[in-house]
Amino acid sequence: MTTALIAEDEPLLAQALRTELGRAWPDLHVLEPAVDGDDAVERALSGRPDVIFLDIRMPGRTGLEAAEAIVEEWPGGAGALPLIVFVTAYDQYALQAFERAAVDYLQKPVQPARLAACCARLRDTLALRAAANGPAAAVVEDAALLGRLRTLLAAPGEGRPAPLAILQAGIGTTLHMIPVDEVLYFEAADKYVRVVTAEREALIRMSLRELLPRLQAERFWQIHRGTVVRADAIATATRDDSGKVFLILRQRPERLVASRLYAHLFRGM
Amino acid sequence: MPLPADAPLPAAPPRGPADLLLRGAQVALANVAIAGLVATMSGSPFGHVVLYSECIGLSIWALVEIGRRVRPGGIAAWPAGWRGPALVAVACALGYVIGVTAADAIFGYSSWSNYLRRPGQLARDFGPTVVFCTIVAGAFWARGQARVQRAQVAAAAHEATRARLDMLQSQLEPHMLFNTLANLRALIAADPPRAQEMLDHLIAFLRATLAASRQPEHALSEEFARIDDYLALMRVRMGERLRTRTTLPPALAGLPVPPLLLQPLVENAIKHGLEPQRGPGELHVQAALDGATLVLRVADTGRGLGAADPADARAPAPPSSGFGLVQIRARLHTLHGDAARLTLQPRDGGGTLAEIRLPVPARPLS
Repeated sequence: MTTALIAEDEPLLAQALRTELGRAWPDLHVLEPAVDGDDAVERALSGRPDVIFLDIRMPGRTGLEAAEAIVEEWPGGAGALPLIVFVTAYDQYALQAFERAAVDYLQKPVQPARLAACCARLRDTLALRAAANGPAAAVVEDAALLGRLRTLLAAPGEGRPAPLAILQAGIGTTLHMIPVDEVLYFEAADKYVRVVTAEREALIRMSLRELLPRLQAERFWQIHRGTVVRADAIATATRDDSGKVFLILRQRPERLVASRLYAHLFRGM
Repeated sequence: MPLPADAPLPAAPPRGPADLLLRGAQVALANVAIAGLVATMSGSPFGHVVLYSECIGLSIWALVEIGRRVRPGGIAAWPAGWRGPALVAVACALGYVIGVTAADAIFGYSSWSNYLRRPGQLARDFGPTVVFCTIVAGAFWARGQARVQRAQVAAAAHEATRARLDMLQSQLEPHMLFNTLANLRALIAADPPRAQEMLDHLIAFLRATLAASRQPEHALSEEFARIDDYLALMRVRMGERLRTRTTLPPALAGLPVPPLLLQPLVENAIKHGLEPQRGPGELHVQAALDGATLVLRVADTGRGLGAADPADARAPAPPSSGFGLVQIRARLHTLHGDAARLTLQPRDGGGTLAEIRLPVPARPLS
């Protein structure tokens, strides 16, 4: 039986979508709705739905961030990735991004005809997936999904700030000036970012999401939702069975993990 | 035999070669008309007069155009203050000399030796030049002035319309509207009486928002009623996550305030404080007196200041977040100068406290 998860912070809307889904897709099993972005990630990973309806603007993680986390943490042996449908009331930028990435989306208030069409498309996709029934087919399809999600995540917002050249990190009472060129990798740590160079590490008061647009994309690669690495600091990349890629750096002993969302960066030439 | 001519002057802000050519053509035409007038009055041959008229008029015009490019700074690209008339006077005298000399050269005549013998003739010829020069220059100046004024009026109207639109747009934010409509749609099926109640709040909210830009003030009780409408909509949307409280002492209910002054603060508290926060939160809107100062407070237990993430490119923050505060400050300043102010500070125990302090208005609204 096909299962679906709804993530929507407004209780009436979650209930209404559930009712409408009952009409448009009677034999769909709908899990208990998630009330925010973080809840959506937990419920998706524990309930393993085939289809997820994700509201974009939610408390905690946004719908997009939740999608990123779900895809990255989806267990390798748990079958194909879930199909994701974004739901939004009005987000000009998000809608443009959805169009560009050819992602399925619904606008609130959800129109029954539009929802029926969406469900038909989802059923077709799931049927094709069942018919192909081979790991190769799932890989191709997941790759397409990952590609769409990457396009969405990379979609620019309202303008790009100037690139950073120097980072100012406080260590004790001293302010350390760290040239961006010396950074080996950045790692998200709650509301901070851990900055790691060959000699030391430091925290800066900035989220990774704020930092990312201020880095040169061709030099600094995002390899995980919480990690950005300087491309020329990577020595080797090794892929494991689940699709994850492990990176070894030139000047640090630790290994970094590239999630399957970003594993396409390491394919050989 | 030199003859009078006009002194044409450039119109409004010089706007490129096409404009310059147009003005030249207008001057040349005026010169023909002046020559016709002078020929009729003096009985001189028209062909003769027209040539002098064009030589003098175009010379003066060219000098004025050059002068305006050297020293603009006044209205419609004229030199500022007394420099404008001075430029016309100098151009008139100098243009007369150049124009007469040029026309003389064409006819092989010398007006100047004639003038040396009969200075009275110079006065009779130059006099009309001064008159026509003043008339034509004045006409161009007035036209430029009018054009600039029209542009200013249009710009002011445009600015006012934009300010009103900005305000409307910030209050009728599409995300809020569509989410509200989606909730209403859900309620119509599930709970018709509650749907009707919600629709009534939405209608009152929309009416107040549309009227706010036209009405200078309303009673504080009215302000609180509109906030109640908005909060009722938000309570339906957020369910148990939102608890609200409003405190308005009866003695303050009649005080006049600018319409929807508090509204942006309430919206910000929800949009940036409570809505993005996981779990429930509380909002308290309160009016109080502090001596002769009316204190309006909006307190929330939300994420607090500085939690917002403006650089968030992936899920753009609701627009107009800063606009509401700017707008409140501007309105307070217009009404009360430095006597009123808006402050935002962290609330004790988490969240944000926004406070407006303004002098108690003298007369209550009935």
